[in-house]
Amino acid sequence: MTNTTLDHRATPLAPGTDAPDFELPSTPDQTVSLHEFRGQPVILAFYPEDWSPVCSDQMALYQELLPEFQKFNALLMGISVDGVWCHLAFAKDRNLHFPLLADFEPKGEVARAYHVYRAKEGTSERALYVIDANGIVRWSYISPVGLNPGADGILRGLENLGKGDGS
Amino acid sequence: MSTTQWESALTLPVTEARDHILGPAEAAVTLVEYGDYECPYCGAAYPIIKEVQARMRDRLRFVFRNFPITTSHPHAEQAAEAAEAAAIQGRFWQMHDLLYENQKRLRDEDLRAYADELGLELDSFDKELAEHVHAARVREDFMSGVRSGVNGTPTFYVEGVRYDDSYDLETLLAALERTAR
Repeated sequence: MTNTTLDHRATPLAPGTDAPDFELPSTPDQTVSLHEFRGQPVILAFYPEDWSPVCSDQMALYQELLPEFQKFNALLMGISVDGVWCHLAFAKDRNLHFPLLADFEPKGEVARAYHVYRAKEGTSERALYVIDANGIVRWSYISPVGLNPGADGILRGLENLGKGDGS
Repeated sequence: MSTTQWESALTLPVTEARDHILGPAEAAVTLVEYGDYECPYCGAAYPIIKEVQARMRDRLRFVFRNFPITTSHPHAEQAAEAAEAAAIQGRFWQMHDLLYENQKRLRDEDLRAYADELGLELDSFDKELAEHVHAARVREDFMSGVRSGVNGTPTFYVEGVRYDDSYDLETLLAALERTAR
C-alpha cells in the first residue's frame, strides 16, 4: 500500500460519542441499520478495499474470532466503499460469515460520519470501533492502512464494556 | 518499532513445561514464532529460521506456537493438531519440519503418512486426531497470540516483544544479535 499513510491519519470519534446511525446494504436485497442492534455491542471494522492483501488477512482473523466476539454477544460488521456484489464475491472466496456493508452510495458517507474517510484515495481508513449496547462509542482506533491491527484491541474494548461507567 | 498504540508483547510467557522449544533456557536470545502450517509466508520463513538456528547455535532459543487461520487454510488446524499429537510421542520438531517441507500435502492421509514415517504409534495418533484431543491446546496457543497482538502469520517475538521488521535472514539475524544478552 502506501508509505505516506502516517502523514494524514485521521482522528476517530472519541469514546463517549454517540455512534452515528446508518443504513447500508449488506446484500443486493437487504440493508442493515445500526439502531437495529441496540441492546448488544457492535464492532465496526472499516477497511480500505475488498481483496487487498492486508484486508483479507485481517478479515480472516476476525472470522476466526467470531466465537470470541459472541461471548460478549457482540456483532461484527465489516464496512468498505466496495459495492454489494464485490462484497458477496469477496465473502464467498474468503469464507467470511459476517456482514460486509457497502458504503457505496453516497460513496463513503458512513466513513465520513465516523471520521475515517480518505478523500484522496476514495477509500476508508483501516479503523475499528467498539460500540456499546446503548449506541455509544466505547473504543476506537485507526491503524496505518498497510498494517493489520489484529484483534487484541477489540477484545480489550469488549472486556472494558463490562467495567466502569454505567453500561 | 511497533506502530500500534497498545503494547505488543507476549502475554503468555515461554515455559519449559508447555512450550515447544529448541535451544537452551540460558540462551542469549529467545525467538517465538506464531505460525500456521499451511501459510505460504510461514513456509518461506521456515528455511530462514533453520539458517538462523544454524548460525546462532546455542545462543538462540526458538519457540513455536500454533496460529492456524482455518478461514484461509482449511488443513491448518488438523496439521497443528498432528504436530501436537507427535509432541505427545516426543516427535514435535520432526513433525513440524515435515509439515513445513510438505505444505501442499496436508490432507488427513498425508498427516498419517508423516506420523508413520516418524515411527509414531498410529493407533493413539489416529484417535487423538479424530477426537481433536489437542484442539484446546491449539486454541490456547491461538488466543495467546491474539492477546499478544498477532495479526497474521508468521508473527515473531524477540525477547517477548513483537518483531515487526522484515524476517529476511540478514535483518532477522541482526535484530537477534542486537537483542542478545
